Amino acid sequence: MAFNNEVRNIYQQELDIIRSGGIFKEERIICAPQNSEIEVEFPIGSIHKKVINICANNYLGLSSHPDVVEAAHKGLDRRGYGMSSVRFICGTQDIHKELEHKLAKFLGTEDTILFPSCMDANAGVFEAVLSEQDVMIADRLVHASIVDGMRLCKAMTDTYKHSDMAHLEEKLQLHAKMRFRLIITDGSFSMDGDLAKLDKIVELAEKYNAMVFVDDSHASGFIGKTGRGTHEHCGVLGKIDIITTTLGKALGGASGGCVSGRKELVELCRQKARPYLFSNTIPPVVVSGAIKVIDLISSTTERRDKLEKNTIFWRKGLTEAGLIIKEGETPIVPVMLFNAILSQDFAKELYEEGIYAVGFFFPVVPKGQARIRTQLSAAHDLHHLEKALAAFTKVGKKFDILHKTKQEIIDRFGM
Amino acid sequence: MSDIKNAVLSYVKNEYLEEDDDREINFDTPLISGGIVDSFSMVSLKRFLETKYNIQISDAKATPEAFDTVNNIINLLKEFNVQ
Repeated sequence: MAFNNEVRNIYQQELDIIRSGGIFKEERIICAPQNSEIEVEFPIGSIHKKVINICANNYLGLSSHPDVVEAAHKGLDRRGYGMSSVRFICGTQDIHKELEHKLAKFLGTEDTILFPSCMDANAGVFEAVLSEQDVMIADRLVHASIVDGMRLCKAMTDTYKHSDMAHLEEKLQLHAKMRFRLIITDGSFSMDGDLAKLDKIVELAEKYNAMVFVDDSHASGFIGKTGRGTHEHCGVLGKIDIITTTLGKALGGASGGCVSGRKELVELCRQKARPYLFSNTIPPVVVSGAIKVIDLISSTTERRDKLEKNTIFWRKGLTEAGLIIKEGETPIVPVMLFNAILSQDFAKELYEEGIYAVGFFFPVVPKGQARIRTQLSAAHDLHHLEKALAAFTKVGKKFDILHKTKQEIIDRFGM
Repeated sequence: MSDIKNAVLSYVKNEYLEEDDDREINFDTPLISGGIVDSFSMVSLKRFLETKYNIQISDAKATPEAFDTVNNIINLLKEFNVQ
């Protein structure tokens, strides 16, 4: 079918519906390396504006760290730019194996396999290790990439209410006759910033003979005393059967992901996972930077400790200012505004004040739970956070939502 | 039959609504097309019906349409002489 005007109009109407619904997403152009302070061109064509970035996944501030950049440069010089091959033909270098070994050691697992992204890791892992005889039991708030991966797998699916251990136990009992039960959860939930109860989950897994899968993308590098992740925080190192995580957030922030865990499961991914089999892996320049990242965070906890201090300061500051935040202990701190339009207007006003944050609304979060998701970084210094806090307070006053209840905000702005 | 209808409705509310979810569900509320029950979670509802009423619902009969409202579910149960 030709892409004629009739077809074009149908697509344009769909775009118009998104725009008129107030949920049209626009990219803002960053004209500087990723950091706590960036230059942004927004709207496109406008003069560059210097702003404090409070919405990046740059938790450890390593995205533009000089040692990481230098290591990436060296990697480019020594191992070239591209591989022009998938891993199992001629796309595996010594540095890919080195990074896999270092990740397994860091995460406390038996083996690791790299993927082009964690989205790809999640898309490929379930289909590779489960069959029709098995069941996947997922927390209802798992990341979209897990949902997509589950769709690609032939195993039965079921869900449990978010972090509801009694409900999970019911499901484990319900599926007692299946060959394998795989409990699936995020380690740190990306929208609410809460942590999975991995200690309880492992306890139930042992009681009901189930395996455990954790996507620790928003935890690897900084959650837990030495930053190993949610499994370290919950005291279950070595007890998680499959961990997926990303190199695109705290661990340098470039790209790439992995499946890490029991060696037989990792090996099955090498044999069967389609995003691994049919796509080039991470390029040498990124692998070289990521190796430096793992070396840095294995030698000192300085950066995750600073992030922890920043998180405590920020959570306390927002609460005292009278804003509603989602309780928790992670550097993901959602400021709840409930109404989608308000979340966007609030973000625009913050931008005017020199603070870069983004409103999140349906379908990224449920209807009536719109928010600004703030994310702390070890690259933030106290003066950044003080300025950001002053801006949140000023904009909060302008919209008259400080020290108001959820119901009061909803009554004024709607769901 | 009203006992069965209420039992199914009660199960749906307990199973699929979070504590702070104040959406109203009645016998005609679209469950699957309305986004209350996603396709991943439908298995629980099927297993509940099979266990409670001692029946086996084949995959061919366990369609999203057949499970979309409590009233649709009741019609499906009638096929198994559950009334």
